[in-house]
Amino acid sequence: MRTLSMRDALNEALREEMRNQPELTLLGQDIGAYGGTFGVYKGLFDEFGPERVRDGPLCESATVGFGIGLAISGMRCVVELEFMDFTTVAMDQIVNQAAKLHYFLGGQVTVPLLIRTPIVSRMGMGPQHSQSLESWFMHVPGLKIAIPSNAYDAKGLMKTALRGLDPVLFIENVKLYGTSAEVPTEDYSIPFGKARTLREGTDVTVVALSGTVPEALAAAESAAQAGIQVEVVDPRTLNPLDDAGIAASLRKTGRLIIVHDAYRTCGVAAEISQRMMETAFDYLNAPIMRVTGLDVPVPSGALYQNVVPNRENLLQAIQSIVN
Amino acid sequence: MSAKSPLSPEELLHLYRKMVQIRVFEEQAIELFGKGLITGTTHPCIGQEAISVGVCAALGREDQVLATYRGHGAALAKGCSPATIMAELLTRTTGCCKGRGGSMHLCDTAQGFLGTNAIVAAHIPLAGGVALSNKLRKKPLVTACFFGDGASCEGEFFETLNMAALWKVPLIFVCENNGYAISVPTNLSQATPDIADRARGFGMTSVVVDGNDVVAVHLAARAAVEEARHGRGPIFLECKTVRWERHSAFSAGRYEDPEEAQKWKRVDPLPRFREMLLSSGTAAAQLAKVDQDCQEEIAAAVAFAVQSPSPDAASLYEGIFVE
Ligand SMILES: Cc1ncc(C[n+]2csc(CCOP(=O)(O)OP(=O)(O)O)c2C)c(N)n1
Repeated sequence: MRTLSMRDALNEALREEMRNQPELTLLGQDIGAYGGTFGVYKGLFDEFGPERVRDGPLCESATVGFGIGLAISGMRCVVELEFMDFTTVAMDQIVNQAAKLHYFLGGQVTVPLLIRTPIVSRMGMGPQHSQSLESWFMHVPGLKIAIPSNAYDAKGLMKTALRGLDPVLFIENVKLYGTSAEVPTEDYSIPFGKARTLREGTDVTVVALSGTVPEALAAAESAAQAGIQVEVVDPRTLNPLDDAGIAASLRKTGRLIIVHDAYRTCGVAAEISQRMMETAFDYLNAPIMRVTGLDVPVPSGALYQNVVPNRENLLQAIQSIVN
Repeated sequence: MSAKSPLSPEELLHLYRKMVQIRVFEEQAIELFGKGLITGTTHPCIGQEAISVGVCAALGREDQVLATYRGHGAALAKGCSPATIMAELLTRTTGCCKGRGGSMHLCDTAQGFLGTNAIVAAHIPLAGGVALSNKLRKKPLVTACFFGDGASCEGEFFETLNMAALWKVPLIFVCENNGYAISVPTNLSQATPDIADRARGFGMTSVVVDGNDVVAVHLAARAAVEEARHGRGPIFLECKTVRWERHSAFSAGRYEDPEEAQKWKRVDPLPRFREMLLSSGTAAAQLAKVDQDCQEEIAAAVAFAVQSPSPDAASLYEGIFVE
């Protein structure tokens, strides 16, 4: 099978759905001829033109608002927010509008809006360009959240998002854009709410998100050499979250570590941990562990490496949880 | 009817009927609030009826309106049924939003009424997106967006002025400048006396009109709709008015000068329009008949609302997502 980078897989998903859905419109900054800050929109402007691949002014809030306006009019829209840090500027539109209109207007409108936002946690770009804020959005009812870690999942989840009627926050770690995976040429989609086991193991489950997935796979490989069999599970979506899938792995291994780049306090790991205590407590052979970003603003420069988790500190956690 | 009026007797009577309908509706809402039948809060638009009525009478059924929490009048003026709107104020299942929205969240897509919003100014970009959808689909529809003077200080207001003007969308901005944002008077919040000046800065046609003169508002709105419908939008209308004695039926605030609370009565658009109609030859009996009809219609709406069931707590989780 052919392989594609995650960047190209996302590009292909967008392109195919742009072809299938004549009213699908892209809004954002630098998405036109420039092709997007990280190149995900390459070629779309040439194929679909400036009406549908619409570069606009720098105003995240009204850009999302316009996207919602298109969506409630029945035109699907993709809005790009160039760094996840900038979602803060559009917070009201995401949290109070997109997430809630369908519910509080009694189902009269739907909001088929997809917000793409990259995480740049592993590039040393400093405190305002390095954050993983996914737990903020998981906290709010009404937003679906996809957070793929590879090209195959990214395309399949993007397809589902672009065919559904609910607002979706699509979170992509730029560190993954260049990584490749097998991606079928035939059409496929991946349902939300189904975790994927990326490596099977019997001793400990590592639930890894987004940019930490390659670290988790590397740590699992090292652990295997020391005789520890690690199961690596990628939830792929946070809302809905595959509680049952994670619990099934935990029942098998009896140990759970959750790893993410985001700050530790109130991070997704805290939520997953609590859900597992509620559903699979009796299967725990050790306290659940978290390996997360530190609770500090992410400094600029190389020091970021000490803030986000890596394969070494994850391996230490694996070794300590089995002992 | 005076030969000077550009409006037919039927048109004038329609404006009168809608204004009385809204007035009676709001008086009843205040009474029901006092009786504890409306939970939370409710924001009467008493004294501002001429604006929503004048503007909506210039729109067709498929044209769209978005408005604020002070939007009962806009909903009725756009053709929503008083019974389902009243039931919504009482959060009953028969309400336009199935009792989920309440007083601040009204919607009836069948009437082109795309919703009122409780986040100040947040609906302005939504209206921009709706107008953009009309343009992209080449539908000859116009969107009107109502908001207050307070909203005109929010970032999303300026962002939308820019985007709407840049993309030349068929949108009419209707600023209901009632002199107050809760307790803050415009002289403490606005850098210039005319909010309309801001729109001129974006190259937009922008008009200041006496918001308590329904005919003046209607004629200005007709001209604006004509422009917008023919691709010469967006257009800005600033309607100067005076707010009812309180921000909401709930608010217990005080004015420095207690006389301020009486100010709206001196410019009340309803007796003024009544006088105009009588002096230009409309029979008093005809107006009395309209008054009587409205009283009966709203009494029936109240009865319908009061007799309707409240939503069951079992429905709470329904409709967070479409699928
Ligand atoms: C973003 C936001 N800030 C504050 C509020 C609280 N609030 C509700 S109404 C209001 C005043 C708005 O005044 P204006 O826009 O002039 O409209 P009016 O109430 O006079 O119709 C405020 C501050 C809110 N709902 N949303």
